[in-house]
Amino acid sequence: MKVAVLKGGRSLERGVSLRSGARVEDALERLGHEVLPIDVGSDLVKRLVAEQPDVAFVAMHGAGGEDGTVQELLEILGVPFTGPGAAACARCMDKVQAKDAIDEAGLPTPDWFAFNQTAFREFGAADALGRLEETLGFPLVVKPSRGGSSLGVKFARTPGEVPQALVSAFSYDDRVVLERFVDGRELAVSILGDEPLPVVEAILLEGDRYDFEARYEIGRTRFVCPAELSAEEERAVTEAALATYRALGCTGFARVDLILGAEGPWLLEANAIPGLTDTSLLPQAAEAAGLSFEQLVERILDLALTPATH
Amino acid sequence: MSEVPEPTHRRRAHTSGRDLERYAGLFAERTTVMRSSAMRDLMAITARPEVISLAGGLPDTSTFPPQSFAAQMTRIAQESAAKALQYGPTEGFEETKDCILEVMGAEGMLPDPDDIIVTTGGQQAIDLVCKTLVDPGDVVICEAPTYPGAVPVFCSYQADVTQVECDEDGMRIDLLEKLLGELRREGRRPKFIYSVPSFQNPAGVTLSLERRRRLVELAREQEILVVEDNPYGLLRYSGEPMPPLYQLDGGDFVIYLGTFSKILSPGIRLGWAVAPPPVMEKIVLGKQAADLCTSTLTQYFVREYFAERRWQHYIDDLVELYRTRRDVMLEALRTHFPAEATWTEPEGGLFIWATLPDYIDTNDLLAKALRADVAFVPGQGAYVDGRGTHSMRLNFSGVNEDEIREGVRRIGKVIAEQVELYGTLTGEQRLPEPVEEPEPNVLPFRKAEEA
Repeated sequence: MKVAVLKGGRSLERGVSLRSGARVEDALERLGHEVLPIDVGSDLVKRLVAEQPDVAFVAMHGAGGEDGTVQELLEILGVPFTGPGAAACARCMDKVQAKDAIDEAGLPTPDWFAFNQTAFREFGAADALGRLEETLGFPLVVKPSRGGSSLGVKFARTPGEVPQALVSAFSYDDRVVLERFVDGRELAVSILGDEPLPVVEAILLEGDRYDFEARYEIGRTRFVCPAELSAEEERAVTEAALATYRALGCTGFARVDLILGAEGPWLLEANAIPGLTDTSLLPQAAEAAGLSFEQLVERILDLALTPATH
Repeated sequence: MSEVPEPTHRRRAHTSGRDLERYAGLFAERTTVMRSSAMRDLMAITARPEVISLAGGLPDTSTFPPQSFAAQMTRIAQESAAKALQYGPTEGFEETKDCILEVMGAEGMLPDPDDIIVTTGGQQAIDLVCKTLVDPGDVVICEAPTYPGAVPVFCSYQADVTQVECDEDGMRIDLLEKLLGELRREGRRPKFIYSVPSFQNPAGVTLSLERRRRLVELAREQEILVVEDNPYGLLRYSGEPMPPLYQLDGGDFVIYLGTFSKILSPGIRLGWAVAPPPVMEKIVLGKQAADLCTSTLTQYFVREYFAERRWQHYIDDLVELYRTRRDVMLEALRTHFPAEATWTEPEGGLFIWATLPDYIDTNDLLAKALRADVAFVPGQGAYVDGRGTHSMRLNFSGVNEDEIREGVRRIGKVIAEQVELYGTLTGEQRLPEPVEEPEPNVLPFRKAEEA
C-alpha cells in the first residue's frame, strides 16, 4: 500500500511531529508499505494529487494538522486518513468546544469560563474577572483554547497573577479558558477504534504539573502503565474516557486526559492526534495491551480504511 | 572481495516503551540534569526561510572570501596532504600555538606556549576545565545571566551552580565578595568563577577595569581560580580596550579560554585554553581521553590563513560590519520597543540583552513572535534557576541591516500588543504604541545600587 505520512508543518509542535512521523515511517517500511513522507507545506494538495496515495497517515500535532484543517482537505480530495475526522479534530483542538460537548454529554469537567481578546480589549471584560475568580476559586488554571502540549498553560495562585497568566495564554490563541483547578491523579486513556487501552498515569517527579518541557522528556515525568487503579476506579475512568471520545465524535484513535479526584474522574480534554514518539503515551498504552508499535500502526491504518470510520 | 549484505533499513529499529525503561535504568545519575529543551523544538520553526532569526549566535561567514579559502585548502592538499590527514599531538601543533600567541598578543597577553592546549572549539575548553576541576556537588560561580551554552556543561558535571547578578559594568563584584564570604563560613570552596568579561554572551555587558582588578585581587587573596572566556575580545566597536583578566593576573589564578570561531570561523571548531602547568597537565589527559587531538586539517588551515598576514584586516572588516549592525539594532530598538523595555548597549560582541516588563514571559512571547515570522532567544536558558523569563537575547551579527530593522519591528509589535492587553486587564493606562521619537535616556541595564 502507498502511505503518505503527513508530518511537520508550521505549528509550534513541529519538532514533536517530525519525531512522530519518522517513527511511523520506519514502522510502515517494516510492514512492507510504500512510504511517501511529506513535510506539510504549500505544495501538499499538489503532491497528494500527483502521488495518489492509498491512505494518509496524519502524524501532525497542533494548529493545521490536528485542528481539522488537513483533515478537511483530505476529505475533499477523497484520500482516506488516520485518526478522527475534520469536525472531531476541530472540536478536540478547541478546549471551549470540547468542554461544551463534554458538559452537554453530562460528563464531569472542571468549571470554566472562556474569553476572547475582544472581550478584554473592547468590552471591558477585566471588570468581570473578580466575579469569575470568586466562582472558580484559587488556584485556577489559565489555558489557550487551542494549543497543545501545555504550551502557554499557567497556574494563577492569586488574583494578582491572573492578568499575567492571561497575557501568556493569549500569546497562543485569541481565546482562553479559565478553569477551576482540580487536584488528583493525572491519567490518560488512549482509545483505539472503540477499544480503550490500558490507563497511563503521569507522575511528575519535580517541578510544576503543567510544564511543557516535562512532557517530552525521559526522567522528569514517570509514566506508569497500566496505572495502579482499583477495578472500580479503572471502570469509572475508562467509561468516562470512552463517553468523552464518543461525545466529541472521535474515530480511529484519540487520547483523553483526565484527573482522578476524590469524587471520581474529571475530564480535561481529548487529543485528536496524540504523539507517537518514543516517549508518547499512546504507544506505551498499546504496548501494555500487547501491541507492538508496528501492530499499532497497522491497526490505525485498518481503522482508516474501514468505510464506517469517517 | 567478499560481498557485504545491503542494509535493509535506513533507520534503527523502533524503540518500545519497555526499551526506554531498560535504557533509563542504565542512565548515569548525571543524565537526570541533562535536558533537551522545548526551546529546541520551537527553534525547529526558526529554520523556515520566511523567519527572521535574531536567535542565532552566528558570525557572518559569508564575508570570508571563498577564493582565499580555496587557495589555502589547495596549498594544504599539494604540500602537506599526508600530515594534514594524520593524527596530531594532543596539545595541538606548535604552529597553531604561534597563531594563538598572535591573537592573544593583540590583546596584550603573552603566555608560555607550553601553557596552551588547542581544543575542539571553545566549548570543549569549558568541558575540559569542568572535567578537570568539578566533582558532583562542587560549587561553580558564574554571572547572572551566563552563557547559555555553559549551563549544560556545568550541569553535566553535576556542579552546584551559583549565579552573581550583573549590571551594566558586568558581574557585581561586591555581591561576589559577599557570596565568597558566605561559602567560606559554610566551609565550601568554589572550584572556579566563570566569567565572560568582555561583551558578555548573552548580556552584552563588559566588566569594568576597576572590577577586573578587584576580581583578580580576590582570586589571589583567596586562591580561587577564575575561568575567563573571551571569544569576542577583539570585536570591539566603541570604547577603550580593556585588559583581559589573564593579563592582569599573569596566569596564576586565571584560566583563559579563546576561540577562532568569532574571528575566523566556527565551522573549523578550533579553540584553546591557557592554564597553569599543573592544571594543564590534567587538562591534556582529559583531552586525550575525549578525542585524542583537535582536527589536524583545520589546524593546517589556520596556519595557512595566518601565514597570509591578513587575519587582522579580516577582523577590521568584521568590526566595521558588526558595528553598523549593532547601531542599526539599537536604533530599531529605540524606535520599535515600548517605553517599559530596557536593553544593554554593548561596546562589542554579538548580542544585545533586552528586558521587558515582568508580566511578559518571553517563552510565550516567542510563540507569538514566531507567528509574526521572527525569532529571538528567551532569557531563561541563561539562568540555572528558572529566572530570565522577562528577558531576551538578540543577535545582530548574523543578519543584514534590513532584516535587523524588520525583525526588531516585528518583535516590538508583538510586545506592544501584550503591553496593551495587560493594561486593559489591569485597568492601568499604558502606552499602546511604542514611542515615536527615541528618548535619549533609555536605560540599558537597570543599574544596581551598590550594596
